[in-house]
Amino acid sequence: MLHGTVIILVSFGYLGLLFAIAYYADQRADAGRPVASPYIYSLSLAVYATAWTFYGSVGRAASDGIGFLPIYIGPTLMIALWWIVVRKILRISKANRITSLADFIASRYGKSALLGGLVTVIAIIGILPYISLQLKAVSTSFTILVQYPEIIMPVEAADEPIRQDTALWVALILAAFTIAFGTRHLDAAEHHPGLVAAIAFESLVKLLAFLAVGLFVTFGIYNGFGDLTARAAAVPKLREMMAPLGGVAGGYAGWVWLTVLSMLAIMFLPRQFQVAVIENVDERHLNKAIWLFPLYMLAINVFVLPIAFGGLLRFPDGSVDADTFVLTLPMAEKQELLALLVFIGGLSAATGMVIVETIALSTMACNDLVMPVLLRLRRLRLNERHDLTGLLIGIRRGAIVLILLLGYLYFKLAGEAYALVSIGLISFAAVAQFAPAILGGIFWKGGTRLGALAGLAAGFAVWTYALLLPALARSGWLPLSFLEQGPFGIELLKPQQLFGLADMDQITHAMIWSMVANVGAYVGISLSVAPSADEHRQASLFVDVFRQSGEAPGARFWRGTASVPDLYNLHARFLGSAAADSVFGEYARGRGLGWPDDRLVADAELVHHVEVQLAGVIGAASARIMVASVVTEEALTIDEVREILDEASQMVVYSHRLEQKSHELEAATTELRAANERLKELDQLKDDFVSTVTHELRTPLTSIRAFIEILLDDPEVEPEQRKEFLGIIAKEAERLTRLINQVLDLAKLESGKAEWVESRVDMKEVISDTLAAMGQVFKEKNIQVEAELPAKVTPVTADLDRMIQVLLNLVSNAVKFCDRTDGRIGIALAERDGCLRIDVRDNGQGVSAEEHEAIFSKFHQVGDTLTDKPHGTGLGLHISRRIVEHFGGRMWVESSLGRGACFSFTLPIGAGS
Amino acid sequence: MSRIDGKGQRFVALCMLGTLLFNYPVLALFNVSRTIFGVPVLYAYIFTAWAGLIALMALVTRSRD
Repeated sequence: MLHGTVIILVSFGYLGLLFAIAYYADQRADAGRPVASPYIYSLSLAVYATAWTFYGSVGRAASDGIGFLPIYIGPTLMIALWWIVVRKILRISKANRITSLADFIASRYGKSALLGGLVTVIAIIGILPYISLQLKAVSTSFTILVQYPEIIMPVEAADEPIRQDTALWVALILAAFTIAFGTRHLDAAEHHPGLVAAIAFESLVKLLAFLAVGLFVTFGIYNGFGDLTARAAAVPKLREMMAPLGGVAGGYAGWVWLTVLSMLAIMFLPRQFQVAVIENVDERHLNKAIWLFPLYMLAINVFVLPIAFGGLLRFPDGSVDADTFVLTLPMAEKQELLALLVFIGGLSAATGMVIVETIALSTMACNDLVMPVLLRLRRLRLNERHDLTGLLIGIRRGAIVLILLLGYLYFKLAGEAYALVSIGLISFAAVAQFAPAILGGIFWKGGTRLGALAGLAAGFAVWTYALLLPALARSGWLPLSFLEQGPFGIELLKPQQLFGLADMDQITHAMIWSMVANVGAYVGISLSVAPSADEHRQASLFVDVFRQSGEAPGARFWRGTASVPDLYNLHARFLGSAAADSVFGEYARGRGLGWPDDRLVADAELVHHVEVQLAGVIGAASARIMVASVVTEEALTIDEVREILDEASQMVVYSHRLEQKSHELEAATTELRAANERLKELDQLKDDFVSTVTHELRTPLTSIRAFIEILLDDPEVEPEQRKEFLGIIAKEAERLTRLINQVLDLAKLESGKAEWVESRVDMKEVISDTLAAMGQVFKEKNIQVEAELPAKVTPVTADLDRMIQVLLNLVSNAVKFCDRTDGRIGIALAERDGCLRIDVRDNGQGVSAEEHEAIFSKFHQVGDTLTDKPHGTGLGLHISRRIVEHFGGRMWVESSLGRGACFSFTLPIGAGS
Repeated sequence: MSRIDGKGQRFVALCMLGTLLFNYPVLALFNVSRTIFGVPVLYAYIFTAWAGLIALMALVTRSRD
């Protein structure tokens, strides 16, 4: 049996467990070992799934089929853009110590207290239906569960006095719990690690509870999805729901608007902003959350339709409200424990939402509504109070109680007329009004304070008229004629068919008109009224947040005088003197000073630092007022702000240019260094060349001189010997001449002054002529020559004399190096691939692989030059290669030691130099 | 942020893909009263496409900027 006492005890036990988790996480955080992880962050985002998801989705599915899904698909699509949008909001919020959604908007539009106040009012009024939904769900589920094993729907509130009390009690208990959770102490960063851990735990509980019911209904009551679908298909009404898009309220248009609405809600619901932005401790957690959170939403929706089908099949007469199927199905099957688990799941869904939402709203109410007013009231002399932390906490606690009581009031006034989802959607439409001001604010510098004020006011007015008032009218608090005939009987102003826009559901209708009004006023006014200096500065700080560098870009904009003790006292009043000491101590250390230290100057940076710290507690607008009260400021004109901004962006441009220049310079340096290396190498080559040439010239000269001296000194030399000596002298002189000719030739080639006489040259003829000219030499040395020449080859464009020079050089090399006793030389000519190829082969000792390239360099002699007598000048191959290359060909050698060598070159056909 | 990095561009593309998948007219193609493996076609489609989109998002979070 489930007595009320048991249920209450279990509920309190559950809340106690939550508190223990929060306490543990807070302790860990205080000890410097926070439990923060991307998983906890992702689960805390699932505070999005409230009693609406837990109970209401099934209710919506029972009437609309897939009509509940856009609420989860929209956020999935939006989260894909989080990498761009939320990362930017996170950067801005961290830099400016944003404490809430209202603070964000107020801060963006010149730290406007008025705007912050308006946002707070809209948020509180807009969220009230949503909070009432949670109260309704908890009290309804409690009332139903208490009747176990009977299933009795709670009837009209008036007939059941206990039930009213249930909702009121729920509101009060949740208020007490939220106060204990969220306002135990004041934190400059507005981080609540304990709260986040508890919310993450709640997300797990509600998911498990919902999956348990889903599995029980699908596989316990029925035999899986197939069985359930087959049975549902037998009922005509359920069969229609399988292809329901015609039936989704408003058809596809309704589907699209619900998707858009929930895309905005996932970003701009105060509690989502709180968990996603304010409570975020590490930007990188986004990486996991971007796919884990959608996965969570997918998981919690899989069983919605089976439960709806199961409920409709189990209670076909419509006596049981579809919003309660999740609970009533286990009850009807006498599953006591499962029913209790469901109740706890629903409780965790509702409490999670209420706690985070009221904390977020109370922070807004305190920082952006109450404090700015109190600080302006000079009568209260708040500026002179020593410690304001108690006051701040008191205001927040009061706000929490008040917001929950207002939620209860709305539940009493309008909670009965609508199903859970319809109530929640009214709140979604309210927070969607923040979208233009925030999205416009972070991507468009042109948005101004007046524009945002006008847009929000207009959008909120339309929302009130088209959604809130009809909700009250349907509950009997306004005459129904207001809805049916329009105010004062003016048809065009009917709240749900404004200007005659009919045939759509009320949410789509209200969204269209409120967005037209909101965006229209925001853009229109922004473009027509010039912004103030403050707005201009904040716009730039927000929109260009990724381009700012340095610690405090905001400090650039402050001019005036201040004193350190004044700033210290101000800080201590709001955060306590211990916190002030640590903040000032850290700041002083950053300047290389101690604390306290008289040398610490109250410059713009310190003033800005204190303001940002204060903003973390009382919001940007209030912090501005407070700091202004203790310092003497010089107001900057808009031109000055522009100048500073221009200067800053100029600096960015300059630094970019500077970077570019330095890159260019670096590249140029590298090039120069390479050129220098090359020059050095060339210089070295030239030196080598000169010394080699001199050396090569001296060798023949020395031997010529030696023999001439012998002949000169000794006239008695035998005539035969004299003849021999003279022969040597002649030969050496000849060698000398050849050498000089070749050096001159080379010099001409290298300097490009060589004269080329081009004509069509038949290489076959050249080869034949060369072999004929060398015939005598072959005979003398007893060398066999084999020529493989085709019948006819295409003539090439070349210099005939030069070609003969090349061939002579190759053939005489072959003669020089071929085998002494059994010399063989082969010459081949072939036409292939558009080239003529000439091979000159010998059967000498060959050239080792390392020498293959070296032999083509200047003055390179094969063999040991010290012991062997040089066979040539060492320039022949080099010059030959240059000639061949001049005509677009290539020359190389293929050989290995002991196997002879084959020198080859190619000449392209039909190409000349 | 004057330019959106490569990762951001991939996410924008995914958002556009999702918008295509969960909208008229693609959605209308599956709005038929038939079942596949015992599940109504429309639901099977939505949940499969949804899971696929999430998998792609998980892949993109691992990509470089």
